[in-house]
Amino acid sequence: MLTFMASDSEEEVCDERTSLMSAESPTPRTHQEGRQGPEDAENTTQWRSQENEEDCEEDPDRYVCSGVPGRPSGLEEELTLKYGAKHVIMLFVPVTLCMVVVVATIKSVRFYTEKNGQLIYTPFTEDTPSVGQRLLNSVLNTLIMISVIVVMTIFLVVLYKYRCYKFIHGWLVMSSLMLLFLFTYIYLGEVLKTYNVAMDYPTLFLIVWNFGAVGMVCIHWKGPLVLQQAYLIMISALMALVFIKYLPEWSAWVILGAISVYDLVAVLCPKGPLRMLVETAQERNEPIFPALIYSSAMVWTVGMAKPDPSSQGALQLPYDPEMDHDRHPGCGEGDPSLFEEQREPQPRQNGPEPMEDPKTGGVKLGLGDFIFYSVLVGKAAATGSGDWNTTLACFVAILIGLCLTLLLLAVFKKALPALPISITFGLIFYFSTDNLVRPFMDTLASHQLYI
Amino acid sequence: MTAAVFFGCAFIAFGPAFALYIFTIATEPLRIIFLIAGAFFWLVSLLLSSLVWFIAGTITGHKDGPVQKYLLIFGVLVSVLIQEAFRFAYYRLLKKANEGLKAINPEETTPSMRLLAYVSGLGFGIMSGVFSFVNTLSDSLGPGTVGIHGDSPQFFIHSAFMTLVIILLHIFWGIVFFDGCEKKRWCALLVVVLTHLLVSALTFLSPQYGINLVLSYTIMVLMGIWAFFVAGGSCRTLKLCLLCQDKDFLLFSQRSR
Repeated sequence: MLTFMASDSEEEVCDERTSLMSAESPTPRTHQEGRQGPEDAENTTQWRSQENEEDCEEDPDRYVCSGVPGRPSGLEEELTLKYGAKHVIMLFVPVTLCMVVVVATIKSVRFYTEKNGQLIYTPFTEDTPSVGQRLLNSVLNTLIMISVIVVMTIFLVVLYKYRCYKFIHGWLVMSSLMLLFLFTYIYLGEVLKTYNVAMDYPTLFLIVWNFGAVGMVCIHWKGPLVLQQAYLIMISALMALVFIKYLPEWSAWVILGAISVYDLVAVLCPKGPLRMLVETAQERNEPIFPALIYSSAMVWTVGMAKPDPSSQGALQLPYDPEMDHDRHPGCGEGDPSLFEEQREPQPRQNGPEPMEDPKTGGVKLGLGDFIFYSVLVGKAAATGSGDWNTTLACFVAILIGLCLTLLLLAVFKKALPALPISITFGLIFYFSTDNLVRPFMDTLASHQLYI
Repeated sequence: MTAAVFFGCAFIAFGPAFALYIFTIATEPLRIIFLIAGAFFWLVSLLLSSLVWFIAGTITGHKDGPVQKYLLIFGVLVSVLIQEAFRFAYYRLLKKANEGLKAINPEETTPSMRLLAYVSGLGFGIMSGVFSFVNTLSDSLGPGTVGIHGDSPQFFIHSAFMTLVIILLHIFWGIVFFDGCEKKRWCALLVVVLTHLLVSALTFLSPQYGINLVLSYTIMVLMGIWAFFVAGGSCRTLKLCLLCQDKDFLLFSQRSR
């Protein structure tokens, strides 16, 4: 079984990586960088790189669930169910880890809960005297943010359609450079300030340089799978922390709701950008960009399918090329979506059990999904007035939403968005726990009553 | 209050549940999912009970005094009933899911109803314990003196032990409840509901910790024995297990040779 990250080098020749991979996989890796390209283009323009990060997280929102390649339907269902629970847990663990990192940081480091300005994407302030004005401002902020995301997604689709792979690659490299170096430096600085630890600049430089360089290598080139997963979780957490800090209160909640709706539309509508991206990738028989999606197992089987359109989380099932499923690429900035991974036809699918491992490359989830889940839980932790119940309720709600999404994926076997169900549950539970459950539990706890 | 109180109370309250999770649930993905689903069901039941309490509070107009206390008692009792109703609902859901899984892959070993009873009880218990205790725990890390206004200084220890007994009770209630539903013995369900109400009502005697805790632990031991026999244990199997002569242990030691 492969354990190395598929490399993104454009000069795809027969190196040790390809020799490790199954012979059938053509996998032009170059397209993986495609997703990262658009973000970097933005990043280079102004210093306010934070707002560009949303492109990053949109890109990684691809989420592939590799199930079983096309088999006779009864057998296929049995196998997808057999692997279903394992894949769900393979996604629960990184999502939980990301949320734990974000919540731990929010609860301990003051910096991320202080208000120090806003992103240029949310220009309207929420310090207004009336509630109606505040609501209006947050809706306007959301509209601006969502339109930026839509524009970036369409830009990425256009770039991808016209095969500007180098541009996309450069963009993605620039954005991960910024995440891995600048944001890590800021994060480390704030953590050291919180715990009052003195560190000199040479040591700091050494640490940040090593962390960033190894991260770039692991994410964009080759590296041990666990290290790559850890880095992807770290950059998702950093991105989520930036959002939690710079998005105003009400705007954050409205944006979360709006982006779930956008995700749903972009992935399921016939003319949605993400869907078009995935379809283009499937037509070209190109793999998904691994750099912006979290993959739980490194198996690039043959005929690997779609180049991961920009970050949308796509949940993918391996599909039988003969079966003409309609797949929706989770593409474009921040549209989590689920889509299917193309599989090698017959020969590999009929293998016995031991051979199934190489084929069933774990599950993949776009980084945008990680980021928005963590934003929801982090905001619940930041604003819940020191209450852990709200945070835990949102956490459980998101996990259940993810479970249901995976179930739907196993049933429908096509690209599905990963955000809507989880974010809806998360929002419902946040508002209801904060307003209804918290007073009840606080009163019970103060009287030491147990229910 | 210090880190010692925090860690001590945390381990008292959540140690057994954590150990049970590590040894029985963490290795099987399907069980983890059922555990989290159970926790989710408990959460929804809590949401409903808070809603009922809130509505009752707004109807009576948020007056202070004994009305609030009666409202709270009413809230607690309604909450217990709603929790048991959701336990029943989860049982129905698991039954359907089990049938569905069996139909789809007949040769695959799906978890038995007894195992699911245990997992669901643990899910309910963990969520209940965490929601009751985690805010108190996080307060115990901070500065302050317990009982400075004349309250009992054993607030934290009592809460920790109470949380532990609630978690264990939920496990046993789950096992007995599901078994009662399976065998259509409705008296078992009634006993579960009544003991749950009893344990919650005992907590109303809040400053008298002694009688509260002793009675709750007695009930827990009795429920535990009942659940043990319901789950298929017997005195013989217990003896074999304690003398390390039971089948699993023998098979295991043979394999390792």
